[in-house]
Formats: sequence, structure tokens, C-alpha cells
Amino acid sequence: MNALEVRDVSFSYGARQVLHGLNFTCPKGRLTALLGPNAAGKSTLISLLTCLYPIQQGQIKVSGHDLNRAPRSALRELGVVFQQSTLDLDLTVEQNLRYHAALHGFSPSDAKGRVNDELARQQLSDRRHDKVRLLNGGHRRRVEIARALLHNPRLLLLDEASVGLDPASRQALQAHLRSLCAERDIAVLSTTHLLDEIAPEDHVLILNQGALVANGSIEAIQAQYQQQSLALIFQQLTKKEPK
Amino acid sequence: MKAYWYCLSGIFFREWLRFWQQRTRLLSALVRPLLWLIVFAAGFRAALGIAIIAPYDTYITYETYIVPGLACMILLFNGMQSSLSMVYDREMGSMRILLTSPQPRSFLLICKLMASASISIIQVYIFLAITWFYGVQPPLLGLLVALPALLMVALMLGAIGLLLSNGIRQLENFAGVMNFVIFPLFFLSSALYPLWKMQEASLWLYWICALNPFSYGVELVRYALYLQFNPLALIVCATTTVVCLSAAVLTFSPKRSALRRAPGK
Repeated sequence: MNALEVRDVSFSYGARQVLHGLNFTCPKGRLTALLGPNAAGKSTLISLLTCLYPIQQGQIKVSGHDLNRAPRSALRELGVVFQQSTLDLDLTVEQNLRYHAALHGFSPSDAKGRVNDELARQQLSDRRHDKVRLLNGGHRRRVEIARALLHNPRLLLLDEASVGLDPASRQALQAHLRSLCAERDIAVLSTTHLLDEIAPEDHVLILNQGALVANGSIEAIQAQYQQQSLALIFQQLTKKEPK
Repeated sequence: MKAYWYCLSGIFFREWLRFWQQRTRLLSALVRPLLWLIVFAAGFRAALGIAIIAPYDTYITYETYIVPGLACMILLFNGMQSSLSMVYDREMGSMRILLTSPQPRSFLLICKLMASASISIIQVYIFLAITWFYGVQPPLLGLLVALPALLMVALMLGAIGLLLSNGIRQLENFAGVMNFVIFPLFFLSSALYPLWKMQEASLWLYWICALNPFSYGVELVRYALYLQFNPLALIVCATTTVVCLSAAVLTFSPKRSALRRAPGK
């Protein structure tokens, strides 16, 4: 079973359609990179996947749970890192994580164990009592990832999570995400517009003006367009039509 | 069932932690009613004579009269402010994390309202403690009996605020809410003057005050503080809470304002 299945999903803001019949899946144990220029519809898709927007047309399943019919079961299988930080800056790292555990209905003792494990995995145990305000951008992202993984989701969504990070932190974040896929067999769907964040083993989706214009492994996409450079393929597929 | 309890206590704990971290909020919440009590009431004491009215069994000073109204003023400002801050929070902040919780959305919203109400009530009790030393001393038992009344009023005002926030696009509109909702609710109520006084001044103003749910909130707290029960006030407050909360939950959309406008516009 795929961690995420998106079938015929369309979405409009009033009369303006921003997503056009999207179809794709995210396999377990692999990072799926969702590429697209600005205003391609990436953030709208993330809002649909996290139930912040209602599904107008089509079907989305997270770990087999239909977002429309069983949103609560689907949300249990979903961890999210939003583009803008949603951490409480005045609370400590541990307090932020324990709040998230409570929202998922974990008892304080269960939450304590999960927080300890996740902070150790993210090498943040020594920062647990620090206020988030004192952490740098890279550490804040790691806290958000730790929080998103607290409830052991099958799918981790990241919406342009590397924005604002320095190159070293970005690289570390990408390596960390791929190790999560390998070690925990979860699916990661990461939106970005930075091509250097893509690794050869990733599954790639290219979204342009709300339509999926490429979907597959890098090799398959290169073969399809008979072009070695993903950057050139991306440029070609997302070229704006002259009005 | 336990999951709901852990979720509720988590939301309460976070609100209390945040309140503790931002203690200056307490100061600013107390300055407003204390100014009214110490400055405004002192000036008006001579001008406004208060006859013996229920629930008081004797003549009272003007300060004694306005303390329940000022306690409700704290609930009014806090309730509206915390509900309206959700406009901002649900677009970019912590509300997004709250709303991706697997618990039912209506439950999460009610928990958030109750947690905000608990913070307002802590502030009211600190205010009542200060007024006690200032000389306004309701029966000690009344302070305990007033607790459920204060909770009822805080929930009612939070529910009205949440309903309003569903129709507001940006937090900047808070100034408009201040002028068109908070001030009219407060001034057109029995918080600062008994309704019979208002009736003497203007009949139509009296009727507006008599239809204002905030008046009933103030009276519910006033009666409870003096160990009396005002069933009409309870019915109006409870009905307003249920109606506004139901409408707010039904019309709540996490990114409502974004759905109204196309991106880039």
C-alpha cells in the first residue's frame, strides 16, 4: 500500500482553478520531491493533504484512509512541517513536543517516552529545556521534524522546509530526511523549488500551473524527455507560455 | 475517552504556560479595569447615586456597583482578543498544528475557548483580590459562587468572538471590532450604570441595553458575587453561548480568508 494516493484532485479559489486533476502516489521508504515554480499550487496541495482546505473534487488517501471519509484516521498517519514555523517560540523544545503529543491523545508518560526517543534521534536531547527562540533555523527545523514524527506517522509532509536555512543546514536536512525513509520505512513528500535538493534515488513530481507535468524516477523522466539535466527538463516543463 | 482528556489538558497547560511566559499581558489586562475603578468611579461617585437594587440589600458605593461590570470587562476584552487572534493563528501560526490533530475540530475549538476562558478567570480573580483591598468586599463565599458564572460569561464572549472571527479577513480588523463590538457591548450594558438609570435617560437606549447579552453576563456575575441566583441571566447567557458556539463551529474554516480570494490577488 502506498503512503499517499492522490486521485483526480482539482481545486479552485472561487472561479480560478489552481489544481487540475492531479494523480500520483508516494511510495513508502522513499522521498518524493514535489517540484514547482512559485504559484504552481504546491502549498494549496499541502493544505488539502492536511485537511486545512476541503477536498472539492477527487480523492486523497493517507495510508489507505480517505481524507474525506475518515479524516481523523488519515491525520493520525500524517506528520507535517509547514513552510512557516509553527513552533511556540516562548515555550521550550520539550514543551512544544509534549503539547503536540497531547493533541494526539498520548498520556503524559507515553508522551515523555516518545519525546525522549525523538529528541535523541534528532540529537537534540541537550537542547530540550531551551526556549525555541534561542535555537537557530536549522535546529528549529529539526525540532519541527521531531514533533512531526512523535506519533509515528507513515507519511511525512514538508512544505519548503529548507527555506531560510544556510547551505550546510539544508544539506544536513536532506540527508536526515533520506535516512528517515531508509530507517523507518516512511514516505516523505517534500515540496521545493530548489533542484539541488533532489537525489538520484528520489521520486520526482513536477507541478506547473496546477497540473502535474512529470511523475516518476529521475531516470524515467530523463528518458522520457531525452535530456540528462533535470534542471533543463524543469525549465522546459515550467516555461511560461507567452500571453 | 482518555485521549480527549489528555488533549484537553494539553491545550490548557499550553495556554497557562504561555500566560506565565507573557506575564506583562496580566499587567495590561488589569490596568484598564483598575483605571476605571480608581479614577472613573471616584469621579462619578458623587454624580451617580445608586438606589437599593437587587442583589444588594443596602445602599452601595458606585465602586461596589461597577466591580462586577469591570470583572466582565476583563472577560470581554480577553475573550474577543483571544478568539480574534485565531484569525492570524489559523493562517500561519500554532492553530495549524492544533487543526492537524486527529481529534474532532469542534472539540479542539471548544477546548481552546475553555483554556482561554480559564486564563481570563485567573485575571478576574487577581482583579477581585485587588478590589478587596481597595474596599469592595463581597461575601467571601460569593467569590467561590461566582466562579461558574464567570466561566459561563467567558465562554459566551469567547463564542461570540469566534463567530465574529469567522467573518473577519485580517487581524488588522481588530480595531473595527473594538469600535463596533467591544465598546458598544460594554457601554450599552448594565456594567457601568443600572438599567433603570438608562431608562430615565432614554427609552430606546434602555431597550438596547436590555437586549444586550453582555448585560445578562454582568448581572449573572453580580448576583453570584452576592450569593443570589438570576435565572433569566443564566438562560440568556447559556442560550447565547450555545447558539454562537454552534454557529462558529459550523462556519469555521481553517483558511477561510484564503478561500475567499484567489492567491496573488
